[in-house]
Amino acid sequence: MSNKLLEIKNLKTSFYINDGYYAAVDDVTLTVNKNEILGIVGESGSGKSALAFSVMGLHTRAKMEGNIFFNGKDIVNVSKSELNKMRGNEMAMIFQDPLTALNPLMEIGAQISETFILHRPTMTRRERKDRVIELLKMVGIPRPEYVFSQFPHELSGGMRQRVMIAIAIANQPKLLIADEPTTALDVTIQAQILDLIRELKATIESGVILITHDLGVVAEMADRVAVVYAGQIVEIANVYTLFKKPLHPYTRSLLHSVPADGQDKLHVIHGIVPSLKHLPREGCRFAHRIPWMDASDHEENPILHEVEPGHYVRCTCYKNFSLQEDESKEA
Amino acid sequence: MWKFIVRRLVITFPQLILLSVLIFLLAQAMPGDALTGLVDPNIDPATIDEQREKLGLNKPWYEKYIEWVGGVFQGDLGQSFRYKIPVTDLIEERIVNTFWLSVATLIFTYMIAVPLGMISGRYNDTILDSSITGYTYIGFATPLFIFALVMLWIFGYHLQWFPTGGSVAPELKPGTLEYVLSRIQHLLLPALSIALIQTVSTVQYLRSEIVDTKQKDFIITARAKGASESRVYNRHILRNSLLPIAAFFGYEITTLITGTIFIEQIFSFPGMGQLFIESVLQRDFSVVNAVVLLFGAAAIVGALLSDIILSIVDPRIRIK
Amino acid sequence: MAILEVKDLKIYFPIKAGLLNRTVDHIKAVDGVSFQIEQGKTYGLVGESGSGKSTIGRGIIGLEKITSGKVYFNGVDITSKNGKEIRKNLQMIFQDPYSSLNPRKRILDIIAEPLRNFERLTKKEEIKRIEELLELVGLSKESMMKYPHQFSGGQRQRIGIARAIALKPKLIIADEPVSALDVSVQAQVLNFMQDIQKELGLTYLFISHDLGIVKHFCDEISIMYKGRYVEQGTKEEIFNHPQHIYTKRLLSAIPDMNPSNRDKQFRIRKKVQQEFDQRYHDYFDSEGLAYSLKPISETHLVALQEDVQKVR
Repeated sequence: MSNKLLEIKNLKTSFYINDGYYAAVDDVTLTVNKNEILGIVGESGSGKSALAFSVMGLHTRAKMEGNIFFNGKDIVNVSKSELNKMRGNEMAMIFQDPLTALNPLMEIGAQISETFILHRPTMTRRERKDRVIELLKMVGIPRPEYVFSQFPHELSGGMRQRVMIAIAIANQPKLLIADEPTTALDVTIQAQILDLIRELKATIESGVILITHDLGVVAEMADRVAVVYAGQIVEIANVYTLFKKPLHPYTRSLLHSVPADGQDKLHVIHGIVPSLKHLPREGCRFAHRIPWMDASDHEENPILHEVEPGHYVRCTCYKNFSLQEDESKEA
Repeated sequence: MWKFIVRRLVITFPQLILLSVLIFLLAQAMPGDALTGLVDPNIDPATIDEQREKLGLNKPWYEKYIEWVGGVFQGDLGQSFRYKIPVTDLIEERIVNTFWLSVATLIFTYMIAVPLGMISGRYNDTILDSSITGYTYIGFATPLFIFALVMLWIFGYHLQWFPTGGSVAPELKPGTLEYVLSRIQHLLLPALSIALIQTVSTVQYLRSEIVDTKQKDFIITARAKGASESRVYNRHILRNSLLPIAAFFGYEITTLITGTIFIEQIFSFPGMGQLFIESVLQRDFSVVNAVVLLFGAAAIVGALLSDIILSIVDPRIRIK
Repeated sequence: MAILEVKDLKIYFPIKAGLLNRTVDHIKAVDGVSFQIEQGKTYGLVGESGSGKSTIGRGIIGLEKITSGKVYFNGVDITSKNGKEIRKNLQMIFQDPYSSLNPRKRILDIIAEPLRNFERLTKKEEIKRIEELLELVGLSKESMMKYPHQFSGGQRQRIGIARAIALKPKLIIADEPVSALDVSVQAQVLNFMQDIQKELGLTYLFISHDLGIVKHFCDEISIMYKGRYVEQGTKEEIFNHPQHIYTKRLLSAIPDMNPSNRDKQFRIRKKVQQEFDQRYHDYFDSEGLAYSLKPISETHLVALQEDVQKVR
């Protein structure tokens, strides 16, 4: 059997806005291997969360086209009940804000136990409780017996996120999706949670999709990285390659926007990210952010080019691209 | 939680005292006193004055207030000018009637509100939701007394499904099954009339709570766990949406009071509301005082109940 | 002379409890903090949530009641005073560009608000000033008649800045000004803040949780933990020679942008955590709070226990 755990093919997820469907995830093709962390980086509005929700089937009012093969089985048009058998069992998700992602009126223990009630119906109440306490220990929560009957608001942000992780790994999923898991947390807590995710990944041997806007988090965690812009993957590569030899103009611009040593001035990307409705659907979607580039530098219908094994870049504009300090002020 | 409840109870006392002072002062401000109606106009005014002095009617208001409150505490609400019997006797049987009417109304109110609110909230912006919301708008717009009259005319006189007045058939003896059934039968139409109109605010409240809860992040978490839609609704959405509804329960008592005042009049149902209207019309002020005091106290206790329910069901308050 | 001097600032919030809701204790949000900022410099105040860093900023500007201590602006005591002169010279930029602008007001009225409060300008003069301000923050004149929702997050933050600099203040307190923004927009706002600093000779009190940005942006940095300073020094001192374990912990937690360093980072974090556990009492008192600051060089102050320092 191949090493591929998840294979997304030409996925297009569209939302209805006012007058029609607009694709937030537009023709995304991507694989996640067993026992690897795939980082997905992008800014708000890039469609990275929409992509994660598509995999989990969590969009309630979206049109999905294309295929998502999970362990070889297409789950895009699978029935609700079959999907429910997989969610929380074979694939699970961690969310950005652990305070709102936990039910405020349910005890911590009950919220974790629910995953067993749903997927391990033969477990007795006693077994469930033992397992929950084991899980709480595993994610580093002190006094698990006590926390079992506490409510979310009684825990700190870091502890809540640990509970979320406990829910996600309860049934040892093959695929774990973490959507900005540390964005709402302090740096020291972030470091702890990231270390925890890495350790757990090694123990339960699952594939992880880590979605974040933080390039530093990706650099520390991911094996491979996909950079998304305006609903499309613009570059995908091994993490070392991506940080050492980024090719796509967007990746390069983004890396220069982050404060680094010996940098006097931060790089500013021209213009703003267009809204979903006003995304340029033809040609290179990043073209208007690099207006000094010649039209002939872009492809008419940009596709992902494999520049070296495993390193893909969209459009041809990376070839002649050089960073330019953008002095013009826009209105 | 206990601290919260005790503190809430402590606040209730000044509220009750304020209420009683207010009612007392209002009564004092009304023209005439206990003697005005009782005394033969031919008696010498000096004698009346003497009598007043003897009865303590010339004392300053606060002394009279303390006497009155002292009486209330001993279960003495004064004499009815009209019926010449103690107000307590007058109220006793009527309060029982109104109590059962209220209970029946509350049961109907929630029996209608919970399923309608759930459906409307779950399938919001569908035709089903629109028709339920349409009903709530009609309910808001229809005056209760007109609606009750229509109900009375259709189901009471026209179809003759229900009795049109009283609280029990006159010939029955208390304690028999027929007696109980007759009482229930007498309750149904008035209770349903109030419930159908007053439930609409609860329907809307529940609907908006469900629509709100539906969009919460923890619902996504529940789906991501693999919970089926029905489990998501029953375990997560409904449970969290019913919380504010439960808290609203105490306040329903206030609306009930207004409801019963109209309804008892229309259905000639011998309860507190009817007594209130009658005694106002007959200027039987000691009765009016007593009834208003009880209504006021019920409203205050209702608010207290709401807060206590909330503190029990919401862990965010309970654990403090 | 320092433009801003804060002396032993304490801001306590009462904890109410019991049946009568009496004050039983205090949360010491800010517990004896002193610092000064030199004219034209950028002073970074770093801490995690709940450290009290924002409360300091709010206390200085008068949004929070000061329990004790003094705040001097240009040598004048401004503690809990709301004089016109002070409000003019001290402005604040807030974190969330979405909620700090009134959605029902036009940009013109938002920016003109401080002008109308402090300066008597004719309609014409006012418009002219606002045009200048908009140009300065890189927005077109036409923006004046628009409403906040018509702008992106970065543009809104620049409108907030335009409002803050309308009265030509000397000191700006920036409370997490870029935390809610995307990386590329963050860069835009930070660059812009640097530009106007040069242009207008501004002094910044920069409050942030992001050490990467603070390192890029600030001259002097202080690290706060549970209402107290644990370390204060120049950028080089803090980043190259951190002394307090909490500072080390914060620094080791910053993700490294070079993936090759990840194992090294992981080991450093483990080591710092070990030191944190083992030598906890060298750094924190019995209540888990930092000791008072002791100088270890002219500019570098660290919160250490008396005797530990002597050993060194």
